[in-house]
Amino acid sequence: MNIQEAKFEYLLRLGDSSLIIGHRLSEWCGHGPILEEDIALINIALDFVGNATSILAYAGQTEGNGRDEDALAYLRSEREFRNLLITEQPNGDYANTIARQFLFDTYMFFLYEELKNSKDETLAAIAVKSHKEITYHLRHTTEWMYRLGDGTAESHERLQNGLNDLWMFTPEMFDMDEVDALLIKEGIVPDLNKVKASWEKRVKEVIAEATLKLPETTFKQKGSREGKHSEHLGFLLAEMQYVHRSFPDSNW
Amino acid sequence: MEDAKQLEAFEAKIAAGQKIEPKDWMPEAYRKQLVRMMSQHAHSEIVGMLPEGNWITRAPSLRRKAILLAKVQDEAGHGLYLYSAVETLGVDRTELLKQLHNGTAKYSSIFNYPTLSWADIGAIGWLVDGAAIMNQTALARGSYGPYSRAMVRICKEESFHNRQGYEIMMTLAQGTPEQKALAQDALNRWWWPAVMMLGPSDDQSPNTDQLMRWKVKMESNDAIRERFIDRTVPQAEFIGLSVPDKDMKFNKETGHYTHGPINWDEFFQVIKGNGPCNANRLKARADADKNGAWVREAAMAYAAKQMKEKEVA
Repeated sequence: MNIQEAKFEYLLRLGDSSLIIGHRLSEWCGHGPILEEDIALINIALDFVGNATSILAYAGQTEGNGRDEDALAYLRSEREFRNLLITEQPNGDYANTIARQFLFDTYMFFLYEELKNSKDETLAAIAVKSHKEITYHLRHTTEWMYRLGDGTAESHERLQNGLNDLWMFTPEMFDMDEVDALLIKEGIVPDLNKVKASWEKRVKEVIAEATLKLPETTFKQKGSREGKHSEHLGFLLAEMQYVHRSFPDSNW
Repeated sequence: MEDAKQLEAFEAKIAAGQKIEPKDWMPEAYRKQLVRMMSQHAHSEIVGMLPEGNWITRAPSLRRKAILLAKVQDEAGHGLYLYSAVETLGVDRTELLKQLHNGTAKYSSIFNYPTLSWADIGAIGWLVDGAAIMNQTALARGSYGPYSRAMVRICKEESFHNRQGYEIMMTLAQGTPEQKALAQDALNRWWWPAVMMLGPSDDQSPNTDQLMRWKVKMESNDAIRERFIDRTVPQAEFIGLSVPDKDMKFNKETGHYTHGPINWDEFFQVIKGNGPCNANRLKARADADKNGAWVREAAMAYAAKQMKEKEVA
């Protein structure tokens, strides 16, 4: 594997995670618990789709085979997607969505904070823009962690259940392989152990402040690095890709 | 019981082109009519999120997906803005939503039609937002300050929506034969509902005189409809599509198009709740409200706790 191949693979991991979690959030559109949240969730989904577009476009350029962001988003199949498993998990109730967003937003916040210093100028520029957006996302989800965690008995229980169910997908976020090793050496991407330390600290603080318990599960689900996903992703892609694939070689 | 002098001053103010503000005296009939119109408008914005929201997850390119997300976010924003404007007349959002969910409040008939293909997203922006703009630019000149200011702002965003819809249709019409067929089919299905959404013909629309004098209504339904048709028919021709009305003709003498008969029976059926999607739309809204109840309760409980802590500190 050379640097270019590693970079392409890494960009797919970043771009796919944003694309898929943005898709999940957009499913809330028109069905949120209150109009203000509809607006917030659509806005956040839009940021994720925008981030995915920039990153997948850059991935296509890096690959150099003439694939643009749409070719990468719409014409790859389940096994070719590299999004983290947590991002494809269904919305569930609002507490489950908030738990998923909190765990992922916190990860993305610290990861992109590091990526701002990337020696790859394009990636650094994307990270600067995205980090500003993620700062708002994280503020939004953190506030809801407090509201639901320390709100009513029902909201507390629902959020605790959401956290417990999603916890097994979190260790995968910090897995590193040959791709990371190559790019870390070049100063293009950070060592995820550093991101992990910041993530753990913040997540523990917020969980405690929200009067919740740190989940005890140590069981770990992984596979996204090799394109081994949960069954959910296939349905998601079927929906996302069907119009594009039904009209091959068309402009939209 | 209303003071004749107050009424006279109120009407003089409107005649002079001044705005009525929330704390000004106003006849009860004026207030009621505005609450009805503005809340219908607000409900239309949030129910309107559903047929378009349907296609966000299936949008055929990332660019289209982003534009559609931004558009639907705008609609939600309009809803919020309009609910706040209605609150200046003393009715709060919770009450208005209750009326929407129990079926006593109305919203635009157009959103009771289904979005069946991607081209429908183009047709909605082009035709539905296009018709709405015709109505709303007139309402921006209306007499009630908060509503008229809301309309100015909303119209700016709606004209973007209108253009993006037309651009979707143009892209499809210039695309493959299959894409062009999608566009024509969407135009066929959305044309008449869009023509009808501007409301019943003038001879069937009562109360118009007083509302016109009070600048609650600015133009008659038929006048607005004529402007919409005059503007839209050439746009369809320009991209090689045709409106599904064999009687549509340009009248050189009047400078306007004349259209074929409108199926008002269908319109009143949809208004009564018998449109293809009335039940689904209402259920989606009511479910969102029901499923969100515990979230809103939690937010209130948390806010109350925070308040208490502040008091103690």
